[in-house]
Amino acid sequence: MTDQSHSTAPLSVQQAATRNAPLARPRAGRGVLGLTRRDATLMLVVTVLVVFAPFILNPFPETSALAQFNAGYPDLMQRFVIFGIFAIGFNILFGLTGYLSFGHAAFLGVGSYAAIWSMKLITLNVIPGILFAIIVAGLFSLVVGFISLRRSGIYFSILTLAFAQMSYALAYSVLTPITGGETGLQIKNTDTPLFGGPESGIGRANLFGAEMGNSTELELGNWLFTFNLGYYIAGAALLLAFYLSIRIFRSPFGIMLRAVKSNQQRMNYTGLMPKRYTLSAFVISGMFAGLAGGLMVAMDTQVGPERMFWTASGEVVIMTILGGAGTLLGPVLGAGFIKYMENIISKINKDILHQWFAFLPDGMEDVMVAVVYPFIGKGWHLTLGIMFMLVVIFLPGGLVEGGQRIAAKFRRNKTQD
Amino acid sequence: MAILSVKGVNKRFGGLQALGDVNLDVAENTCHAIIGPNGAGKSTLLNVLVGKLIPDSGSVVFDGQSVLGRKPHEINQMGISRVFQTPEIFADLTVMENMLIPCFAKRDGAFRLHAFEAVRRESDMIERAEAMLDEVNMLDKREMTASSMSRGDKRRLEMAMCLVQEPRLLLLDEPTAGMARADTENTIELLKTIRRDRGLTMAIIEHDMNVVFSLAERITVLAQGTPLVEDTPENIKGHPKVREAYLGEAQV
Repeated sequence: MTDQSHSTAPLSVQQAATRNAPLARPRAGRGVLGLTRRDATLMLVVTVLVVFAPFILNPFPETSALAQFNAGYPDLMQRFVIFGIFAIGFNILFGLTGYLSFGHAAFLGVGSYAAIWSMKLITLNVIPGILFAIIVAGLFSLVVGFISLRRSGIYFSILTLAFAQMSYALAYSVLTPITGGETGLQIKNTDTPLFGGPESGIGRANLFGAEMGNSTELELGNWLFTFNLGYYIAGAALLLAFYLSIRIFRSPFGIMLRAVKSNQQRMNYTGLMPKRYTLSAFVISGMFAGLAGGLMVAMDTQVGPERMFWTASGEVVIMTILGGAGTLLGPVLGAGFIKYMENIISKINKDILHQWFAFLPDGMEDVMVAVVYPFIGKGWHLTLGIMFMLVVIFLPGGLVEGGQRIAAKFRRNKTQD
Repeated sequence: MAILSVKGVNKRFGGLQALGDVNLDVAENTCHAIIGPNGAGKSTLLNVLVGKLIPDSGSVVFDGQSVLGRKPHEINQMGISRVFQTPEIFADLTVMENMLIPCFAKRDGAFRLHAFEAVRRESDMIERAEAMLDEVNMLDKREMTASSMSRGDKRRLEMAMCLVQEPRLLLLDEPTAGMARADTENTIELLKTIRRDRGLTMAIIEHDMNVVFSLAERITVLAQGTPLVEDTPENIKGHPKVREAYLGEAQV
């Protein structure tokens, strides 16, 4: 899990990271898919998690009281991987170059609009839609990046925020003919794509005829597992995105991006143009956001302007920092964590709390419910906020650093024995 | 034969004439020192040479080409490397990564989207970086984070980063400023070795006369933005004008 030493990490973690750095063995064997053995292992772990997510996320039997903590249903699993892609892309910009974009949701939204227009006009097949989303988001991020990267630090953040809010406002009002304004866009039975129209009602996206909503269910005793086509397509995209992210992190380009974060003056005097590198990172991360936006439309064929609202941009920042900015796994963890809380913790209500604390005497039960209640249901934002503060203060390297510390502690105990 | 030739350079900051009609020739394969009291315009001159400042008038020609109006990265690609007063390195990166960046810049130019090649497969670049680290006795520190090293090691690393690009001219801005005695001696030794083994042309700005006289083969004295004298170190030592500009001030 140690992908990169973090400047604020404690010494032990840093040493562990340095010891395992890929450069330590420059002439190592060929590895798999151009990855070192360590990176290949990480890739394998993520692949296993994605493939077996329907099992892993459904650990509790349907009939048990804990079934509400199961997250293995298609809609939520799709969200896990799509936001994972979004955060992976964001991390290439923010984690490596340190440029904090506060408007990345704009690229997600633009990707979504592009994908739905591709479905309305060309075909309900998801592949052209997703490709179209990536291209359009890439072009839009080129324009936004070219202008915003004239400044750095807080001014850069504000410029990107302004662009995103502008996009939101335009999509909401002026551009209604293209964006459907407040109601957004859906695929209707009046739409006539070039290749095959929707059969009836609201059109569903498909991959060569197989609908995204198609699922196979597997019942094992009290457990019910759902395998959804849409999820596996999004999952494949996540694996591709993760793989590309590893390659970028380990490439000369990746070193240049970290150099941008470290010292632009030295870069200039070393004959390099930092802005070109930053702009490339910006466009790459914009394209990742476009991919996520396109996948959202593929899973659920509708889009509205709220997808570009500033809170959506803020969410990806929080995901990346919570998981661990500048690490490979961090953004995926952060995205999963936040989406889990948003969908699971928010569903716990007062009745469920009463059930949990039913074993306490009556008075105590009410007190406990009153104490816990603000942190659950609609109060999940409060829990998230507190967690975020704790992580930023005590684990600046995010959840990944937490994992590294625990691993380091185990390793130390082992050597002592 | 002058590799760098400065002619009639003027630079004014508001009412202050920072550089007034500066003429300076740095001959190939020499170490040329530029000395002068505080505010003499040494740093302004250096910033003009690397493209950070554009002079009001005059010309700066490096190897037959004008450097004026070019950006710092273009001037570096022409073959001028600069060592800063406080070492400018990539503090968050490892020593090896610090070394690889100038190697890539030399090979690939100002920008290349090499996002899918693996660094560990760049064996030519790694070998080159290792050879250079070996030359400055830092090979054992290759996996250290640059920020965790001593000032002297940071200076060595910065010089190694400049040298691995095989520049035609190395500019040094007070390379021993703020250093401990031992680090200063080490840096002088390193510079002497580089000068001797590589025959590299150097232009050095320095306050410490000990450093200047142990390295320089030619010295230009600047005072109030104008060159006072240019001569060999032996002649500069006893020059009355220099004593006036330097010692006179020191006695006040």
